[in-house]
Amino acid sequence: MTDSVSSLTSRLSTTVKSVPPSGIRKFFDLAANMEGVISLGVGEPDFSTPWAIREAGVSSLERGRTSYTANAGLYELREKIATYFERKYHVQYDPETEMIVTVGASEGLDLAIRSIVDPGDEVIIVEPNFVSYAPLVTLAGGKPIPVKTTLENRFVPLTEAIEQAITPKTKAVLTSFPNNPTGTVLTAKESKEICDVIKRNDLLLISDEIYAELSYDAAHTSMASVDGMRERTILISGLSKAFAMTGWRMGYVCAPSVITQAMLKIHQYAIMCAPSTAQYAALAGFNEGLVEVEEMVETYKQRRNFFVTSMREIGLDCHQPGGAFYAFPSIKKTGYGSEEFAQKLLEGEQVAVVPGHVFGEGGEGHIRCSYASSMKQLQTAVERIDRFVNRNSKS
Amino acid sequence: METKEKELLKLLEKDGRQSVDILAKMLDMPEYEVSNMIERLEEENVIVRYAALVDWTKIDEEEKVTAMIDVKVTPKRGVGFDEIADRIVRFPEVQALYLMSGTYDLSVVIEASKLTDVARFVSDKLSTLDSVESTTTHFQLKRYKHDGAIFSKNDDDDRMVVSP
Repeated sequence: MTDSVSSLTSRLSTTVKSVPPSGIRKFFDLAANMEGVISLGVGEPDFSTPWAIREAGVSSLERGRTSYTANAGLYELREKIATYFERKYHVQYDPETEMIVTVGASEGLDLAIRSIVDPGDEVIIVEPNFVSYAPLVTLAGGKPIPVKTTLENRFVPLTEAIEQAITPKTKAVLTSFPNNPTGTVLTAKESKEICDVIKRNDLLLISDEIYAELSYDAAHTSMASVDGMRERTILISGLSKAFAMTGWRMGYVCAPSVITQAMLKIHQYAIMCAPSTAQYAALAGFNEGLVEVEEMVETYKQRRNFFVTSMREIGLDCHQPGGAFYAFPSIKKTGYGSEEFAQKLLEGEQVAVVPGHVFGEGGEGHIRCSYASSMKQLQTAVERIDRFVNRNSKS
Repeated sequence: METKEKELLKLLEKDGRQSVDILAKMLDMPEYEVSNMIERLEEENVIVRYAALVDWTKIDEEEKVTAMIDVKVTPKRGVGFDEIADRIVRFPEVQALYLMSGTYDLSVVIEASKLTDVARFVSDKLSTLDSVESTTTHFQLKRYKHDGAIFSKNDDDDRMVVSP
């Protein structure tokens, strides 16, 4: 390290330095430099945003709608979200005081965590989970406490495990169902049991429900709709996954007004407002995009059925993911660890998957495969994984 | 059961070459059930035929002219438009025939190798039919989208290779 670098490094925030870089980055660098890679490593839809939505974005630009909007987002859009949410998930939020349009669900998560976490506070995180949860808690000065889940329990957290992780410093529990990376959804009974623990211990819940629309076997139950939960839940969602709008960065966060107003303070000083073009486009999404959302959901379901059945035929243990667009097969029987398996699969067969451990230790022994790819790509990927597993297993 | 049938038909409409094995997995059904279902749908003429959608402009020596002809006819008592329609569909150059609402009655799509063939069809065969009152012929200049497929489609996946 040169002197100037080390002198700058020493001046970085200790909190930032304590956060490890994303485990996905390393894999990205490896895969990005290879030819002919079929990627099942992508955490976003393979569909383009429905045309009506794109068109509305373009049209808003043509009409010169390029100024700031209200901090919390266009009122009309918040109203649409509220109506949609009530109709679909049976939870009512006041668009005036209980909702903020955010820069992706990612910002919503950051707002939720920063608005409630004081230094030293603990946040229980169900693992494996989306890569940003623990780092965001750490950056807010809190302490992430993982609760591991296993394939045997379909990656559903056991209530006893949550109970055991609770200390006097616990502020909140952070869950995400349908889950990235496992695809797990909770039954109504499981949601209720987890919520009972949260209520009994008087904790808050941060519920990331960004994949809610992508539920294939049963209608999604929002955690906020569980009896007695609305007043202690910060609900995070957005249009990225269901409406195929990842690059637009369109999310929203709903919570009781006291929490929402606290989140709004952070949002107005750090962000001001979500991009106006994306907000006008999102408005069209709720007006005209819903039919296409349904078609995409049907397509994902068919791909899931194909992919999971194929993984089982290959001989990998794979639970049926009820939502999102990820399968999370176990690769333990091959004798490899997640990282080694993913690296060898990429080098040997040019298929990119994400090693499970980047989603927390609980993900070790698994790989995350996104089935948000064309059937043609999925078929080729399955052939290659089959060849790899059956040729290279250590055992 | 009915929804599985619709789902199967939608899949085959998009890709008629998809194998039974893969369809069975996608629909989460046993293979023999999918085979039986397809067979029955074929027998009932719900699945009329399997075809490829060809972009002939990419084949140099193959020149094709497509025309859409609006036809006004006098319907006949008792049979309405069906009798004349039944005569028109029998011409092999007729690719499609629809009964339309609006200012004309039948829409005839014809395909020929030369412009003069279209002209001859209209003047010799179509206009001479008894109940045809008038025809208006439109030539297709370029196909951008057909049967839901965009011809110039760029299928490149420009997503990042790995993302969280």
